[in-house]
Amino acid sequence: MILDRKSFLRLTGLSVLARKLVAAVTPKRWAMVVDARKCLQKEGCQKCIEACHRMHNVPAFAEPRHEVRWIWKEPFERAFPSQENLYSQAAFRDKPFPVFCNHCDNPPCVRVCPTGATWKRDDGIVMMDWHRCIGCRYCVAACPYGSRSFNWLDPRPRLTQMNAEFPTRTKGVVEKCTFCEERLARGEAPACVEACPEKAMVFGNLADPASEVRQLLGARYTVRRKPELGTRPEVYYIV
Amino acid sequence: MRDRGWIYSGLGLFLILVTYPFWQNLRAGVTSKGPDLRRPAEAKQCVMPVSYMRTSHMDLLASWRENAVRDGVRTFQSADGQTYNVSLSGTCITQCHASKEEFCDRCHNYASVSNYCWDCHVDPRQAHGSAR
Ligand code: HEC
Ligand code: HEC
Repeated sequence: MILDRKSFLRLTGLSVLARKLVAAVTPKRWAMVVDARKCLQKEGCQKCIEACHRMHNVPAFAEPRHEVRWIWKEPFERAFPSQENLYSQAAFRDKPFPVFCNHCDNPPCVRVCPTGATWKRDDGIVMMDWHRCIGCRYCVAACPYGSRSFNWLDPRPRLTQMNAEFPTRTKGVVEKCTFCEERLARGEAPACVEACPEKAMVFGNLADPASEVRQLLGARYTVRRKPELGTRPEVYYIV
Repeated sequence: MRDRGWIYSGLGLFLILVTYPFWQNLRAGVTSKGPDLRRPAEAKQCVMPVSYMRTSHMDLLASWRENAVRDGVRTFQSADGQTYNVSLSGTCITQCHASKEEFCDRCHNYASVSNYCWDCHVDPRQAHGSAR
């Protein structure tokens, strides 16, 4: 069978449609629950950050103003400035909390992107299309969590090794965590979840009442970052 | 006819200038033969017929890119019914063509095509150590 251009386009269109149909029948809403007490158990642990940044070719710039990060640690009072309870703050003050893109239900970054390079997928992931990013940095300004990084410099010289399976970025492009959507597509868990020795990060489907994230959210008290902004993060913390 | 010298040397100069590209190409050893591509060693059949790939591989890649990144469709069913992963580095280069330099680049250089895909996408041969 020789495929001409028209039937090729028809075929790819059909496969996209089929996928949308499957998505409509089995709804997915990805979310993450981070158990801070488990996370804080090993002091100075960077396993999740290392795994993510190695897998996604995230460069290590020494200068803070050039920093590119997908997942990093933020002191409690900076990660949760709206937690006003003085006494619980004393217990967590300066303790490093793992933070990354919250994949907000109401993402401000998506609203400001002029090219449609970032958007909210049906499964909740705030996705990023690096091919369409023109580097305007509106999204960087709009994100209240600092989850987006801009490549001020060419990232390649800063990579000691490159993972050929994931493209790097170039100077002038914004990047952030995508919940490892390329791994989800293969049925694997996000790299950080897999790398955590304490199993402090639980990833799953909010739309499924039997999922581990829903069980945890039902049983434990959790907080989200800056809830007063109305962005409705999909990353929950057990503190 | 005192200007004969001027006229002939002017004509001569004109001829040299007009035919300059031919001499230049002769010197550079460019022929009409086309680029010497290294054909894939392992893969027998491309994801699409060769005639389609010759004219439209950039369209195919563009739709791969849209489908994978924007719609999450990461497999591709080829003309002969085989399923491939949608991956520029993984499928096009590693699985099929083995070498970006001796295949894509040779032809692109010959045709003076430049694409920026490899500013981000990693040529598996350069994966170790920082490239460029
Ligand atoms: C700014 C960096 C950048 C540039 C430039 C770029 N890409 Fe990509 N591309 C990416 C990233 C990042 C992904 C996402 C990979 C993933 O999710 O697996 C991707 C994914 C893809 C994919 C699907 C998955 C894969 O790994 O192949 C295709 C196909 C693709 N790009 C084609 C292209 C083509 C063709 C060009 C050149 C015209 C290009 N890209 C230029 C960054 C880039
Ligand atoms: C036989 C010659 C030939 C080979 C081999 C070839 N290409 Fe091309 N390619 C072309 C030509 C010619 C164009 C420009 C067509 C145009 O501009 O209309 C092109 C354009 C492209 C473009 C679009 C560039 C742009 O900026 O619009 C991409 C992407 C591309 N090629 C990728 C590849 C990849 C990847 C390979 C190797 C797996 C490859 N090509 C191998 C001839 C070739």
